[in-house]
Amino acid sequence: MKQFQYVITDELGLHARPAGQLVKVAAGFAGCYIKVGTEAKMVDAKRIMGVMQLGAKKGTALTITCEGADEEAAAEKLEAFLKENL
Amino acid sequence: MKKGTGRPVFSGVAIGRAYIYKKQQAALPTSCGDASVEQRHFEEAKEEARAQLQALFEKTCKEIGEEQGMIIDVQMMMLDDLDYLESIEAMIKNGASAAEAVKETGDTFAAAFAAMDDDYMKARAVDVKDVSTRIVTILCGGKTGFSMEEPGILVAEDLTPSETVQMPKDKILAFVTRQGSSNSHTAILARIMNIPSLVQTQINLDDEIDGKQMIVDGFEGCYYIEPDEQTLAVMKEKRHATEEYRQQLEAYRGKESVTRGGRKINLFANIGNPDDLVHVIEGDAEGVGLMRSEFLYLGRTDFPTEEELFEAYKKVVEGLGGRRVVIRTLDIGADKQADYFGLEHEENPALGLRGIRICLEREDVFRPQMRAIYRASAYGPVSVMFPMIASLWEVRKVKEFCAKIREELIAEGVAVGEVELGIMIETPAAAIMSAQLAKEVDFFSVGTNDLTQYTLAIDRQNPNLDAFYDAHHPAVLELLRQVAHNAHEAGIWAGICGELGADASLTETFLEMGYDELSVSPGRVLELRKKVCESEVQ
Repeated sequence: MKQFQYVITDELGLHARPAGQLVKVAAGFAGCYIKVGTEAKMVDAKRIMGVMQLGAKKGTALTITCEGADEEAAAEKLEAFLKENL
Repeated sequence: MKKGTGRPVFSGVAIGRAYIYKKQQAALPTSCGDASVEQRHFEEAKEEARAQLQALFEKTCKEIGEEQGMIIDVQMMMLDDLDYLESIEAMIKNGASAAEAVKETGDTFAAAFAAMDDDYMKARAVDVKDVSTRIVTILCGGKTGFSMEEPGILVAEDLTPSETVQMPKDKILAFVTRQGSSNSHTAILARIMNIPSLVQTQINLDDEIDGKQMIVDGFEGCYYIEPDEQTLAVMKEKRHATEEYRQQLEAYRGKESVTRGGRKINLFANIGNPDDLVHVIEGDAEGVGLMRSEFLYLGRTDFPTEEELFEAYKKVVEGLGGRRVVIRTLDIGADKQADYFGLEHEENPALGLRGIRICLEREDVFRPQMRAIYRASAYGPVSVMFPMIASLWEVRKVKEFCAKIREELIAEGVAVGEVELGIMIETPAAAIMSAQLAKEVDFFSVGTNDLTQYTLAIDRQNPNLDAFYDAHHPAVLELLRQVAHNAHEAGIWAGICGELGADASLTETFLEMGYDELSVSPGRVLELRKKVCESEVQ
């Protein structure tokens, strides 16, 4: 399993638009079980409603875990996505 | 024949078929008894919803912008959300019909969003509901894809900007809404489109009215459904007279707006977005006296970039081909805002953080806008005016800020023009202080809607106060007189851009007061020019 943390720096936080993009990136790894969230709550990164309901704001530390096929590549791609967009 | 009344937002008479537009509230069908059949119905409806959203997505991207389109994209993703699908499937297995399952799941998810501790996410409840409503409508055999086969009168609860984008505007003869105010989106659109319209009617949105013959009388503020022959004849005559009058006004197209006594006045138009330029040209306005900036900010999820603002302003400046445009900076408040502004709820938004107050507090919002306006000024004559001014220091601070922005752009080697700086006179404070304020700025533009409401302490949108409201109240007229007088003492020009400016019974008075400009709905320009040309004022 790969795991990493990312602190949101974007002013608006994990809004609908970046949430949608995040889900799309995660959905690209069909064989990999990907979760995103905080200590309080982890959700399936491929489910938009759950990701949006995290209500992650600027300063929120997100934990991402990837488990399964391509977990390395998935973690790498997600980390790159977060850095660039959030 | 049924008769009803409403608040008229534009005069004229429309006669045509009534089209009821409603956000579907159909009675939900119950399950046919076979869960697998219901599940299949759901899958089919979901695919149809996806196709509709895809079409809407493309239309929105093209007509409004990518940013707005992304909202639709997120809605499409919700259709594939496993939490959502599993919940629906479970309910269908438990005996619910497809429509019931979607409705209930949608409501549950929407409630979860609405309960979130984040105003932006709270507002996403609407998106979840929207998706579910779309599927339910399909399952109920409803006609979501609203269409008008022939020109007619659109009757609705209220219309949002995203709904009017989808409307066949060339077929709409009039708007009749149950809600809305004379400043609502629909009202502004009606005035710009030149069509008679009523808001705040008690009309019943039932199917009985749909397809029936209807008359809207925008002079009297009433409507008739299935009019009797006599009423129809009277209204046809009235419509004919209006058309004839408009024909007569054509004689004033291209003429100068000068009184017999030789007084020249500028007749400008109020617009809400760059697409309204066609109406400015059609209406023969001599410039734009009020370009609202709100459209650039509302109905989206994030602030517009300097580039987006610049492109929109530049489009107007270029489209006017040398005629002046007066741009009003963002006039937004707690009652009319986009979620991403994150403004706190206010008990009394009319007296709250709004207009220039927000811009002075939020340089991050103001800076890109002012940069965009200065950049656009390189393409033609531009004036800018600031709303909700009440004090001298606000004006000084804004001027300082503008000077800084201008120097900054010049230092960057960016082309800028000469931008006239003016203020709106909307608060009694500004009107009373107009002698001092006039020394600071290049022009005044009186926003009579707010000035009247603040002077009389009467909420214009409250129909219970109609008996107390007097648009021609001597206190307001006295303030208007002082403002024009003080402007001229200081050698600057003064205009009126509120609704009162279009009141033809006051044109003579405004000329006497010395106003240099009236900015009105584009469709009213010729009528006022006739008034001006017939006046003796020197």
